[in-house]
Amino acid sequence: MPCSSSPRWSSRRSPEAVSEELYYSTISELSRLLGRRELSAVELMRAVIERTKKVDGRVGAFNSFDEADALAQARASDERRSKARGDGAAAPSRPLEGIPVGIKDVISVAGQPLTASSRMLARFVSPYDATVTLKLREAGATCWGRLNLDEFAMGSSTENSAFGVTSNPWDLERVPGGSSGGSAAAVAAGEAVAALGSDTGGSIRQPAALCNVVGLKPTYGRVSRYGLIAFASSLDQIGPFARSVGDAAWVLGAIAGHDRRDSTSVKAEVPDYHGGMAALADSGRKWRLGIPKEYFGEGLDSEVGAAVEAAIGEYRGLGCEVREVSLPHTRYAVAAYYIIATAECSSNLARYDGVRYGSRSGGATDALDIYFRSRAEGFGPEVKRRIILGTYVLSSGYYDAYYLRAQKVRTLIRRDFLEAFTQVDAILTPTSPTPAFRKGEKAADPLAMYLNDIYTIGVNLAGLPAISIPCGFTRGGLPIGLQLIGQPFRETELLAIAGAYEGHTDWRTRRPRL
Amino acid sequence: MAKPIDLNLDHVANLARLDLTPEERARFSTQLGDVLAYMAQLNEVDVSGVEPTAHAFPVVNVWAEDVPEPGLSVEDALRNAPERRDAMFVVPKVVE
Repeated sequence: MPCSSSPRWSSRRSPEAVSEELYYSTISELSRLLGRRELSAVELMRAVIERTKKVDGRVGAFNSFDEADALAQARASDERRSKARGDGAAAPSRPLEGIPVGIKDVISVAGQPLTASSRMLARFVSPYDATVTLKLREAGATCWGRLNLDEFAMGSSTENSAFGVTSNPWDLERVPGGSSGGSAAAVAAGEAVAALGSDTGGSIRQPAALCNVVGLKPTYGRVSRYGLIAFASSLDQIGPFARSVGDAAWVLGAIAGHDRRDSTSVKAEVPDYHGGMAALADSGRKWRLGIPKEYFGEGLDSEVGAAVEAAIGEYRGLGCEVREVSLPHTRYAVAAYYIIATAECSSNLARYDGVRYGSRSGGATDALDIYFRSRAEGFGPEVKRRIILGTYVLSSGYYDAYYLRAQKVRTLIRRDFLEAFTQVDAILTPTSPTPAFRKGEKAADPLAMYLNDIYTIGVNLAGLPAISIPCGFTRGGLPIGLQLIGQPFRETELLAIAGAYEGHTDWRTRRPRL
Repeated sequence: MAKPIDLNLDHVANLARLDLTPEERARFSTQLGDVLAYMAQLNEVDVSGVEPTAHAFPVVNVWAEDVPEPGLSVEDALRNAPERRDAMFVVPKVVE
């Protein structure tokens, strides 16, 4: 039983110690308690619901939650556990059995609202489960709540939500990052044990960094996108938020895999991520880490830089080989990304025409009018800006100059990474150039907001897996995140490298005052 | 690359089937002008002989057996319709 063993990578602290409160415990801790019958899934769900009711008025992580549905799922989990015991069957290794996992409100959960934090979908109810939702259910998890985001996942602060801004649990005057700000804030504030988000240009990693939680973007094609509202289809990928690297491994193991409903999902076997990372830690393998000099220049906050330098020192102390690498096209990544992502978004969002679903303007008098008015009334400003930009770069006369050129630069950015990986096992960078910024600080300047994604978007353009883990705090008490970028489909190594650092630091165990 | 001044918002908004208010027009014009000026730096990159990347891991010829299976029921498919009658979506008259 993987849950009861003490993984070597966290051997410096007692992994048996259960955190101060149930709602701040890890999956590993909770699944042990659930397995021993010292805790029921219903008790756990009640503790999380109570915590959510207590703090979410201030945090605003949730668009909505369905208490009765969550408790019914938890009851069903307890019954499955009783039945397995009654049958005398050996308890299967089901780490997510009974664990409440929050879901970003851009991933379908049958019978629940699916708003993408947009007025366009304010009354939409999912007719079916996304593949990741089905897989979570199969793993025994409780799908919990609808977590806030920047409208249609477009933004880096969760300020673009039509239903209110989520606050950073570490400083309620600041943003939690975005677009999966609700997912990050919920895990940081004890309102979910883990959560799913989606990452198109950093939307899992950046809010994870700003909220002191772990956030993993898997390799493109590793996790099915079926049932995820599409933003930029060649970049979007679903992944977990968690309180530890090991927990992220559990959730990734549950949601990964080929899906015939997503033709871009890859037919590659899903390894035992959690067992694999523990085995790698045991093997004593010395990792080679690359530090790209282009990620440590102008624009990097000095406290963030210092924390990341300290983490590099920690890795050296662990016996890792650290060397400088170069990703020479880094400075073009933001420009290439915002051409490709907006082009794909303008195409994907063409489906919101007010005809078969979504909001329809009441004033429309003919078919064309339905399109123009419903889209004008249904979309918020950032979504409109991106649709306009994407339509422009794809339009006749500009396609070659913008879109095609950006796709060629994408090739060069991808080559930079693959070249670096001939020398190193993973690349280490800051996740975000700054800690959490104040609400409203960048809201009026889209370009400033886009530049905040500078360290995360290259990964999406290249389709690579990457993880953000807590690596310190500013003097003002704001979390700082460390990004590790791995090779395609080698998440196990990435998790092992992240776990090695996590096991020798205690940043992840700090909690915000709420 | 095209100069930002080439951004004809009326034309592009029409292509995107999106009504913009005069305020949005004014604001987007400035904001997108800044963004497009920033994007012009891609002109510095020598991309001669470089193939475009549409997907990081292109998966081609994904075949599936053509086997009928149950899909959404009519009721489920119509559940989110802005306006419906019987088993149909209702829209304004489109033909004279």
